[in-house]
Amino acid sequence: MTGALRLPRGVPLTSTGIVYLVLLLVVLLSTVLTASAGRNFFSPGNLSAVLTGMSVLGFIAIGQTLVILAGSLDLSVPYVTSLCSLVAGTAMAGQTSNVVLGVVVALGTASVIGLVNGLVVAVLDVHGFIATLGMGLIISGYLASNYQGSAGSAPRAFRLWGATHIGPVPLSTLVMLGCAALVIVLLRRTRMGHHLYAVGGNREVARMSGVQTVPPVVVAHVLCSLLSGVAGLLLLARLSVGSPTIGSQGGYDLMSIAAVVLGGTVLGGGKGNVLGTLGGVAIFAVLDNVMSVMAVNPFLKDVVRGLVIIVAVAVYARRSTGGRPARFERPSVTDAALQEAR
Amino acid sequence: MSAPTVVDSTPRPALPAREGSLPARVLRGAATPGGGVVVLVLLLLAAIIAANPVFGQPESLIRFVGRTAPIAIAALGQYFVIVSGEFDLSMGAVVTTQVVIAGNLIGQEDSRVVPVLLLMLVIGALIGVVNGLATTWLKVPSFIVTLGTMLALSGFVLWWTGGAAQGNPVDSFRQIGRGGIEGVPVVGVLPYPALILTVLAVGAAWLQTRPFGRTLVAVGDNPEATRLAGASVWGLKTRAFVLSALSATVAGIILVGYAGVHPSVGRGYEFTAITAVVLGGVVLGGGRGWALSAAAGAFALELLFTLLTFLGVRSTWRDTVQGVIIIVAVAVAGRAWQRRATRRRPAAPDTAETDPGTTTGER
Repeated sequence: MTGALRLPRGVPLTSTGIVYLVLLLVVLLSTVLTASAGRNFFSPGNLSAVLTGMSVLGFIAIGQTLVILAGSLDLSVPYVTSLCSLVAGTAMAGQTSNVVLGVVVALGTASVIGLVNGLVVAVLDVHGFIATLGMGLIISGYLASNYQGSAGSAPRAFRLWGATHIGPVPLSTLVMLGCAALVIVLLRRTRMGHHLYAVGGNREVARMSGVQTVPPVVVAHVLCSLLSGVAGLLLLARLSVGSPTIGSQGGYDLMSIAAVVLGGTVLGGGKGNVLGTLGGVAIFAVLDNVMSVMAVNPFLKDVVRGLVIIVAVAVYARRSTGGRPARFERPSVTDAALQEAR
Repeated sequence: MSAPTVVDSTPRPALPAREGSLPARVLRGAATPGGGVVVLVLLLLAAIIAANPVFGQPESLIRFVGRTAPIAIAALGQYFVIVSGEFDLSMGAVVTTQVVIAGNLIGQEDSRVVPVLLLMLVIGALIGVVNGLATTWLKVPSFIVTLGTMLALSGFVLWWTGGAAQGNPVDSFRQIGRGGIEGVPVVGVLPYPALILTVLAVGAAWLQTRPFGRTLVAVGDNPEATRLAGASVWGLKTRAFVLSALSATVAGIILVGYAGVHPSVGRGYEFTAITAVVLGGVVLGGGRGWALSAAAGAFALELLFTLLTFLGVRSTWRDTVQGVIIIVAVAVAGRAWQRRATRRRPAAPDTAETDPGTTTGER
């Protein structure tokens, strides 16, 4: 496998490149497997199914990328997703005139949760794992106490955003890609984005370089919760009712983290990008699709997913420890020190 | 204490832990997050007994200890992994796997109890080795490795059982979890889980003071420095993962007696164990904390739930309270460790804070 990865001479293969190579490999494998089951992987129906499968996890994983880049984690995403689907569903109550209200209330709730997460992590200095695990538990207790089951209903006009297709591409996937593009611009072209990388890479050094360390972390958390809220809205549109368990059933917390790491982002923060994450999400979507086509036992799917996560990240982690291109001819002492401090 | 003529011209500052009289040391220990959890346990216990005096009787107290044993044992195992700077998210899946193995392989035959018990321990150790080696050799973050093993194991168990409850194993096996030594003075019945917990807690505390435990804490604090000092980081971390998986196995064995065989037994155990460990003042990211505090964290958590039940709070709010508690606990503990660190700093000479770059040069 490593032999195949050493492609053209002189062209350094970035981690994102590897992710998309793995994706290509998975797609090729899936094409063969799907064909052996007597079906066409590239049929519009199947492609649309794969893209639909990408959208919900995609939204969440984009947000998770931001949070992980900032050096934190977000385990509260599945609960935010469920909460938003319920809040929006009950606010809409089947009335087309209430759609805007529902969306605003849901996204408002999500951003408040994100704000609290961000402040707890950045100001109170609580590890992101604990802060968001705690927030997830808080929301989960609220959901269990106030909602016995599905609640609310989405009007037809709202359900369209989950069901409309442009060619084989679902509208929701396009929106997701749009969000990804916006986040990429944020990360590459804005001061906030650069500060986000700096704070995630090494908070102390960023602080001493004159970067305000609180805002990037807070912004990352708010955006992550917002995007999870959007995922909740999408699930509401698809199911037409809000559900208190839809997020945790999907296991979006751990799956989104897995997708982000699969996409080449370093779990410790400061290194990675959204493009890789999209590749990671696509790998999961293609795998899911081919396993459905092959009628694999749904429980065994998890086994395959688990193994793929470990193996894929292993391929990538081995490489990045050895072959990191030197930024200068000879790494200076301070540079080496910074590497150590990671 | 009459240390005679030892030639020691430079009077070394005493270690902070050895300074002062015993009461002063106890007080100072209670002020750290690791000691504070013990105070928290005592406060919660007092509150519960005030709300419901029956709980204070030795019989019901020892039953409570027995009930809390599995999660406390899991927390002891998770402690070793967390203090070394890693995570073990596969714990819940390991518990489930072991429970299902016990149910399906032992069945109603007494003769199979011992071989299957051994098999379960071997499988537990094997899972720990896989987690550890994948983390240290393949350099995959343990969060991802154990997430992978969690998915793989739970998927495998659900596939094996079809997602439904299985037949319980023979009663003699379940006695480990639900039985006890009868006719003990004061407490009446001494549950086996309480006994197992005591033995393992003593073992964990002993291990923590051994070179293994101390080096493990050093690995969590600064793996690079520990490696340069000559410790085998991969070996230490792998052993920590083995301990964690074994403790999950023991928790599973006890849970078979309590809860029976169902693929949902053990769900969420990893997060509860991590919560308990963190509540016990062990710092995520490694390098700080005591094993017994982790177990005390498990007791604090369970006592909190018991208190909420006695106060008539609906059980659905349990999660919310747990969430608030861990955030507050970690925020407070973080402050406390920081204060200690800053207070100790003036005593240490400036050279203690050398550049990491310099230290690397002096190998």
